[in-house]
Amino acid sequence: MSAQPLNFVPASEFKQRAAVAVADEHLRKSFRGAMDFLINKRAAQFPDPEALEGQRSLAEHIRKYSLARLPDLLEQLERKLTANGVKVHWAENAHEACAIIIGIAQRHSTRLMVKGKSMVSEEVELNHAMADVGIEALESDMGEYIVQLDGEKPSHIIMPAIHKTKEQIARLFAAKVPGASYTDSVDELIGIGRAVLREKFMTAEVGMSGVNFAVAETGTLCLVENEGNGRMCTTVPDVHIAITGIEKVVEKLEHVPPLFGLLTRSATGQAITTYFNMISGPRQPGEKDGPREVHLVLVDNGRTQAYSDQQMRATLQCIRCGACMNHCPVYTRIGGHAYGTTYPGPIGEIISPHMMGLAATHVLPTASTLCGACGEVCPVRIPIPELLVRLRGEAQHEARPGHPPMVGQGAARSRLVDAIWSGWMALYTRPKLYRAFGWLATRLRVLTPPMQGGWTVSRTPMKPAAKTLHELMAARKRGR
Amino acid sequence: MDQAGSRQYPDKPTKVYLFGTCLIDLFCPEAGIDAVQLLEREGIEVHFPADQTCCGQPAHSSGFPEQTRAVALAQLRLFPEPWPVIVPSGSCAGMMRQHYPEVFADDPGLQAEATALAERIFELSEFLVHVARVKLADRGAPTRIALHTSCAARREMGTHLHARSLLAQLPGVEVAMHEHESECCGFGGTFSLKHPAISSAMAGDKVDALQETGAQKFVSADCGCMLSLNHTLQKRGEGFQGQHLASFLWQRTGGEGGQR
Amino acid sequence: MSARDNILRRLRAAPQGQTPLPPDVGAFHAALAAAAPVGTRASRIELFCEKMTFWHGEVVRVTRNNWPQKLRELCAARGIRSLLYGAQGEHARALEAAGIDGLKPYDRPVDEWKKELFEDTDAGLTSTRGGIAETGTLIIWPDAAEPRLLSLVPPIHFALLDGDRLYDTLFQAISEQQWSDGMPTNALLVSGPSKTADIQVTLAYGAHGPKELIVLLLVNEEEQA
Repeated sequence: MSAQPLNFVPASEFKQRAAVAVADEHLRKSFRGAMDFLINKRAAQFPDPEALEGQRSLAEHIRKYSLARLPDLLEQLERKLTANGVKVHWAENAHEACAIIIGIAQRHSTRLMVKGKSMVSEEVELNHAMADVGIEALESDMGEYIVQLDGEKPSHIIMPAIHKTKEQIARLFAAKVPGASYTDSVDELIGIGRAVLREKFMTAEVGMSGVNFAVAETGTLCLVENEGNGRMCTTVPDVHIAITGIEKVVEKLEHVPPLFGLLTRSATGQAITTYFNMISGPRQPGEKDGPREVHLVLVDNGRTQAYSDQQMRATLQCIRCGACMNHCPVYTRIGGHAYGTTYPGPIGEIISPHMMGLAATHVLPTASTLCGACGEVCPVRIPIPELLVRLRGEAQHEARPGHPPMVGQGAARSRLVDAIWSGWMALYTRPKLYRAFGWLATRLRVLTPPMQGGWTVSRTPMKPAAKTLHELMAARKRGR
Repeated sequence: MDQAGSRQYPDKPTKVYLFGTCLIDLFCPEAGIDAVQLLEREGIEVHFPADQTCCGQPAHSSGFPEQTRAVALAQLRLFPEPWPVIVPSGSCAGMMRQHYPEVFADDPGLQAEATALAERIFELSEFLVHVARVKLADRGAPTRIALHTSCAARREMGTHLHARSLLAQLPGVEVAMHEHESECCGFGGTFSLKHPAISSAMAGDKVDALQETGAQKFVSADCGCMLSLNHTLQKRGEGFQGQHLASFLWQRTGGEGGQR
Repeated sequence: MSARDNILRRLRAAPQGQTPLPPDVGAFHAALAAAAPVGTRASRIELFCEKMTFWHGEVVRVTRNNWPQKLRELCAARGIRSLLYGAQGEHARALEAAGIDGLKPYDRPVDEWKKELFEDTDAGLTSTRGGIAETGTLIIWPDAAEPRLLSLVPPIHFALLDGDRLYDTLFQAISEQQWSDGMPTNALLVSGPSKTADIQVTLAYGAHGPKELIVLLLVNEEEQA
C-alpha cells in the first residue's frame, strides 16, 4: 500500500489561500453568519459565568487526571475491551492505522465501508488509503457526505459542510446523486441523503466510527451524535471498527457526564445531542443485531510527542468541541480549508505541529493575533495562546537541553529573522542608543518609507511623531 | 491569570512611575503626556525613568524568549521605589503583569523581582478607577463615541470595564456599542506584518462596525490597535479617527482645571 | 517492539508532574443539588416533558392500564401499518392483547430480514430503563429481547417510560443504577428524533433514524391530565 502523503502547509500557500478566502465575500458572509449563530447558541447555554467556571474546572481536572494516568488507563481499557470481546489495535502513525483497518476490511472481503464522523480517520487519510485498495469508504454524516460527494474536505470539525449554501448542495445533489432532481428545500435535500445512505447502511460489510470518550473501567466506547448515522455504522454492518487518538480515554463512567455536557453545549449550544451511543462489545449469543466483530484502533500519530512535554501536554486535553474555531476571528475570516490541515482553527494550530512536524506547519501558530478568545471559551481550559507562543519559539530554535525534541524544530529559523531580533534586542537593551534612535527617527519622519510591508496593504504608513515621549518628559522635567 | 475584579487595590499613592511603552514613545507621545497630566491633576507625582525602552512583548509573542528576557531585564530594575507603575496600554501592562514572572522562570531571584514588579503594574484606566478613584467633571459638548479595547486589555487586564466606568462619569458622552465589540481588531503586533490579508480583513470589519455606530470618534486605551485602525481609516480616506483614552479624558475634562 | 509497546514506552518515559487527585464528580453534583430546590416527582415529570418537547419529541401521558389502547389510537391516527416490538419484552403480552394492527415481533437475527426492516416497517416500540429530566433524555439498554435497531431503523419510535424512573441528571442515573458494575453491549441515551443541521445550520428531522419520537410516559391516574 502506498501511504498517502500527509498535507504539507508551506507558509506561502497558507497565506495565498487565506488571501483568496478573505477576498471571497460570499464565503466570508457564510462563515460569519454560521459562527455568530454558534457563538450565540453556546452563550445561551451558559447564562451563569460562575457556574460555567465550576464546570470548566471539573472538566479540566478530569482531563488532566486522565492524561496523568494515560498509560495505565490505556492498558486498563485494553484489558476491559478484550474481556468484552473487542479487539484492540495500536498504531504509531497514519500509515499503520490505515494498514490495520485495510487488513480487517480485506479479511471480510469488504467492498463498501460506511463511516460515521471521525476526525482521526481524516487525520490518517483513511479514505484515500481505502480507495487505493479498491474499497469504497463512504462518509455518512450528512455534512461529511456532502463534502465527500464534492471531492472536498471538511471545513469545520463539527459542521463539515458549513462553507456551502443550500443552493450549492442542491446543485451538487442534482448533478451527482442518481435520480435526484434539483430542490433547495433543506428537508428534501436531507431526504435525498437519507434515502441514499440507508441503502448503503443496509449493504455495507464494515462500519466505522470515531470515539468521543473511551471508558477504561467498563471498556466502553462513547459516541456523540445527532443524526443516527453513527448508530447505523456501529450497529448494522457485521464489523464495526472504531478509531481514536490515544488521549480520549477516561478512567470512570462518572467522568463522562461533565465532559459530555460541556462538549455539546460548547460545540453547538445543545444541552445534549440526540444520541449518546455507548458500545461495550459485539453481538452476544441470543442478540439479534449489532456487529459480530468490534475493533478499536488506538492512534498515536504525534500525540506522544505532545505528551512528552509538560506544557504542550495540555493540547491533549481537547475534547474536539470546535468552540475555539467558532470564536476565532481568524478562522471566521478564512474558513477551515485555508489551513490545509485536518484540524483547522486554534486547536489545529497547536495539534497539527505534533502530527505533521513543525517543518510542515510552522506558519500555523503564527496565524493568530493571540487575542485569547479561544482560550477563554475552551471548556477544558487549554491555554491555547500560550501554546501558540511556545510553538512559535520551537519553530525558531533548535531543541534546547532539558526539553524533549520536536519534529521539525527550528524549521522557521532564518538568518534574516535572527538578525532582526538580535538587532531589536541590541537597541532595546541600550537606553542611550534607544533614545538616540528615537531622536533620529522623529527628526527623519519625512523620510518614512511609503511602503511598509504587510502594514501598508490596507493602511497608510506609520510615521513617527515630531518628538518622542522621552524628549517631552525630559523637557517637562527641566521646566519643573 | 487573574480575573478582572479579583485584584486587591492599594490606597491612592503620592508618587507613581510611568512606563510609556515603545509605541507611545515614538508614535503617540501626546497620549503619554495626557496620561501624566491626568495623574498629576490628582495630586500624584509622576516619575518617568529615562532608561525605559520596551516591555519585550514583540519578541515574546514571536517566539524569541532570550531576546524577550534581555529586554525585560533592562526594564526590571528601573522602578526601585515601591510605587505603582502606570502603563497607558493594556497589552504592555498585560505583558509586564501576567508574563514577566514566567519570562524569568529560569532564575528564582529574578523571578521574585519580576513577580514583585508585576504586583505594582497597573493599566492607566484601571489605576484611575480603582486606585486614584478619580471623579471626572465633564466640560465638553454632548457627543457619541465608540470604544475599542484591545484583547489583552479585555482578557488579561479587564480594562474594557475600567474604560467604560471612566467614560460613564461623563454625562455628555454617550458610548455606543458596536457589532462584535469583543472581537479582535486584527493588529496582533507582528501578525499585522506576517498575515496582512487576514489582518486587513479584521481591521476593515472593525472600522466598519465602529463607523456604523454613528459615533463621532472612537476611543481606545491601546496605542497599537488605535494606530492600526486609524491608518486603515486614513487609507480609506475617512475622517473618522480614534483617540487614546488618556487624551480623550484630558480634553473632555477641560485640561488643567477639569478636576471635580 | 510492537506499536503498543512503543507508544506505552514513550508515555511512561514522559516527565511526570504530580498526578492530580481523582476528580470527585459526586461532590460536584452534591454541591449543585444542595444549592438547588429539591426535585419532586412532579417537577421531574414537568421538566422531562418540557425538554423532550424542546427536542421535538412528543410526550403522551398514559397509565399502566390504558397505554396499549392509547398506543393503538396513536398508530391508527398515523396510519401505521406495522409496529415492530420485542416479542420477549416485558410489555409484549399487554401489547399483543391490545389488538393493534400490523404488530410485528423482532424475533430473528437482523441478517435474515434487513431489507424488510429498513423498507417495510413503519414504527418500533421499546421499553426504557429510565429518563433524565434535566435534558429530556431516554435511557435505553437494548438486549436480546429488544434489539438495538428497534429504536433506530423504523421511522417512528415509540418508547415506554415509567414516571417512577426519572432521574434529575445523567450522573444520578449512572450512579443510582450502578452502570459501572457492568455495561450491556450497547447502551443509549436518546433525546428526540434523529436530526441534522448540516445544511446551512437549518434544523431538519429524520436524518437517518426516526423522524418522530413518541414517549408514552407512564403516570398515575391523577397525573394523566
